[in-house]
Amino acid sequence: MPSWPANTKYISQSTQRIDAPEKVTGRARYSSDIQADGWLYGMILRSKWPAAKILSVNLDKALQIPGIKAAVTVKDFPQTIRFYGEEIAAVAGASKQACLDALRAIEVQAEPRHEFVVREGDAIKDNSPQVWEGTPNAPAPRVRETGAVDTAFPECAAVIEGFYSTPVQLHNPMETHGNTISWTDDGVTAWASTQGISSVRDGLAGALKLDHSQVRVITNYMGGGFGSKLGGGVEGLLAARLSKEAKAPVRLMLTRFDEALAVGNRPSSFQKIKIGALADGTLHAFELENYGTAGIGAGADAGGGGGGADIPAPYIYKVPNTRVKQTAVAVNAGSSRAFRAPSHPPASFGMESAMDDLAAKLGMDPLEFRLKNDSNEIRQREYNIGAEKFGWNEKYRKPGSSPGVVKTGIGCAGAGWPAGGPSRRTQGEAQINPDGSVEFRLGVQDIGTGTKTVIAVVAAEMLGLKPEQITVKVGDTNFPPGPASGGSTTCASISPTVYDICDKALQQLQTQSGIADARGDNWFAACKKLGVTPLVVPGNWIDGLSNRPAYGVQFAEVEVDTETGLVTVKKVLGVHDCGLIIDKLTTESQINGGIIMGMGYALYEERVMDDLSGVVLNPNFETYKLSGIGDVPEIEIVLLNMPERGVIGIGEPATVPTAAAIGNAVFNAIGARVPSLPITPAKVLAALGKVPPPTVSQT
Amino acid sequence: MKNTEPEKFGAHSRRAFLKSLGTVAATAATAQVQSVAAELEKANAEKTVGPGAVPVTLTVNGEKLKLMLEPRVTLLDALRNYSSLTGAKEGCDRATCGACTVLLDDLPVYSCQHLAIEAQGRDITTVEGLAKDGNLTPVQQAFIQKDALQCGYCTPGFVMSVTALLKKNPRPTADEVKHACAGNLCRCGTHPRILQAALQAAGVAVAGKTEVIDYA
Repeated sequence: MPSWPANTKYISQSTQRIDAPEKVTGRARYSSDIQADGWLYGMILRSKWPAAKILSVNLDKALQIPGIKAAVTVKDFPQTIRFYGEEIAAVAGASKQACLDALRAIEVQAEPRHEFVVREGDAIKDNSPQVWEGTPNAPAPRVRETGAVDTAFPECAAVIEGFYSTPVQLHNPMETHGNTISWTDDGVTAWASTQGISSVRDGLAGALKLDHSQVRVITNYMGGGFGSKLGGGVEGLLAARLSKEAKAPVRLMLTRFDEALAVGNRPSSFQKIKIGALADGTLHAFELENYGTAGIGAGADAGGGGGGADIPAPYIYKVPNTRVKQTAVAVNAGSSRAFRAPSHPPASFGMESAMDDLAAKLGMDPLEFRLKNDSNEIRQREYNIGAEKFGWNEKYRKPGSSPGVVKTGIGCAGAGWPAGGPSRRTQGEAQINPDGSVEFRLGVQDIGTGTKTVIAVVAAEMLGLKPEQITVKVGDTNFPPGPASGGSTTCASISPTVYDICDKALQQLQTQSGIADARGDNWFAACKKLGVTPLVVPGNWIDGLSNRPAYGVQFAEVEVDTETGLVTVKKVLGVHDCGLIIDKLTTESQINGGIIMGMGYALYEERVMDDLSGVVLNPNFETYKLSGIGDVPEIEIVLLNMPERGVIGIGEPATVPTAAAIGNAVFNAIGARVPSLPITPAKVLAALGKVPPPTVSQT
Repeated sequence: MKNTEPEKFGAHSRRAFLKSLGTVAATAATAQVQSVAAELEKANAEKTVGPGAVPVTLTVNGEKLKLMLEPRVTLLDALRNYSSLTGAKEGCDRATCGACTVLLDDLPVYSCQHLAIEAQGRDITTVEGLAKDGNLTPVQQAFIQKDALQCGYCTPGFVMSVTALLKKNPRPTADEVKHACAGNLCRCGTHPRILQAALQAAGVAVAGKTEVIDYA
């Protein structure tokens, strides 16, 4: 059985990101920076109706705009439109200005359909307009039952009922979705802003009816995806078709406006929870009725891996008697896609909120209540470490007992990320040159997590070299295939693969050079013995070096101004298990990122739909609010080092419990539950009884 | 269209036009309303360029960049799509994300909100222009050391905002850094590291608050 070295020089230490110099100097060429020879600008015309029948589209006038080289429609006509922003046509031209002019010149004949529905609460009603004609918006709920719920509730000493909701959250990566695509007689080359070069290659090849070998996808640098960039998308197909027609490469990147409409989101949730515990605080009965929307993709495969809106319940807890009823409801809005820890943040918010509400009713400290009911040994330890670091016992006060106008409160919540795990099919290769230079090639992509750095760190450790002596090439389907960056799987997939490549390389070097140990000081002498032919060594993922799941807990401290309703997060402490840490520096960055994204989910982020017009009301950063540098609290991270477990991904678990911990801290501060994310000042004031509840709420 | 030397747009364009407008308006106070309109129309006509492409010369990172641009082309568009300077990123194209931040005469601006034609005669610095002879600036070095970047798409904008701050205020407080970066967004959540990097570049020692505890 292979095992990681015990005394390490680079693994578990802090190694600077190997491509950071390119990123801070502007030398890094992202997919949106590609300037292929003779490239054209591409843009998409989108539906301004949430539901319509497009009868015809006339591209003639658009094609007459100076500089325009190609124009295509998405489909044959009539085309049925099911959401605001659905793609209708696209143009390619010599400049952005020409494309803007051309989009205005496209003539669309359409029959707007006045029956549409954009709110979950409306869509689930029997008389609602149907998003998919002839199909109910919500299929009959799936029911899962264990034990005897109906007899268990009367046995409980305390029971609470709550209605917790989470909004549709937008991915909004800083680099929008899109590609530069060149389609010639030789095939298609796509510089894609993607998390999955292989999935984009296969998707494009399938849709364009080309062999996989005729499509090459390159992603040297990409500006974030968070689950929404696993496929090439409609925009990819359009860029390819425009390229073929114009006989030139086409760069088609979406606008920020487009990002809110058609490239995925996290489904909403509306969770009716009833939960009860015995007198000693043991959870005894749990009931959930939940629905949420995945847009037009509800109940269907949405292509990105996040089709449904179901959540795991009762999340990380074991309750002997449970009944869970869930359904996904379709609305006239863009489909959901996988989003950083799909289904977990809403599940965590609902369940962990209910836990604190029940603890309050029992008169128990919510941390003590968790320790009593969470049987996971690692989280138990994380809670204990965290409580001490955070000063839980010193800071904890009963809910609502904080004095003054600005009240302080603390809360905590736990996470488990059972999905993911390594991709066992991961492959890679290294080319070792006689001059001692070495290049690793893996068909994965670095989405900002530090994938390239992980490869360099593991290779340097194994070969006795320095990370800067390792050349790392990823992001090209011409390299041996690796997994998409999703599910926090990449680190656990590539680390054992690089281990295997190095292990085999050292064996072959030993055979060819006659030097018993080719590592470190012997490296260059051994490589020199290769003569004139470089050594190319393939390898693949091997068992015993990586693991799953990952567990984590977080603690939050907030201030709530009871006159304005404003919530300020003062501090978040994350205690996370990531097995064997490869690079401490990038691990910490990912946890910071998870916490900050979770804070946005807690306080700021929500896609808002207008039920009269069916449009997205906040398709920009002025009104769809992300956490800014001034909002970010003090973040403290404790990494629970468990090298014997092997490598585990951290990207997703780090974002799961943040919103629940913040929500519980708000409850602790003001003694009233804000059961709906985002926790806006209006909702805080409503919870305090100072203003009526918001009437435009989707509930 | 009047064929004006491109270098002169910088000197004569908006500021000069507004000045002349002031004179016209003052004169107008005593004149007939119609004659004001006529004067304005005449003044406008003399200074109108476009809609077709006109020669534009930009001074970017100390070098002259001669381009043919429609007057409606933004500075960001000109850099990214009419030259090979793709360091400034387009994240929103509407002055909210800051990924396109460049320096105009040491002032950090959203290059998506400036017309290229109006940036003539100004010293434009993009992220590509910071490192001299391959030597990274203290800000760039601190960003690398503190891992103040993840996907890196917002990074050029943050680097420019911090660079501009330190030029004006070499020893900023944490709050001053936050204020200077308030116009930059990051979706990966790199903010704590950006704050640390900025302070480190200013010579203020900072330590992260992370510890590794071995599982026992």
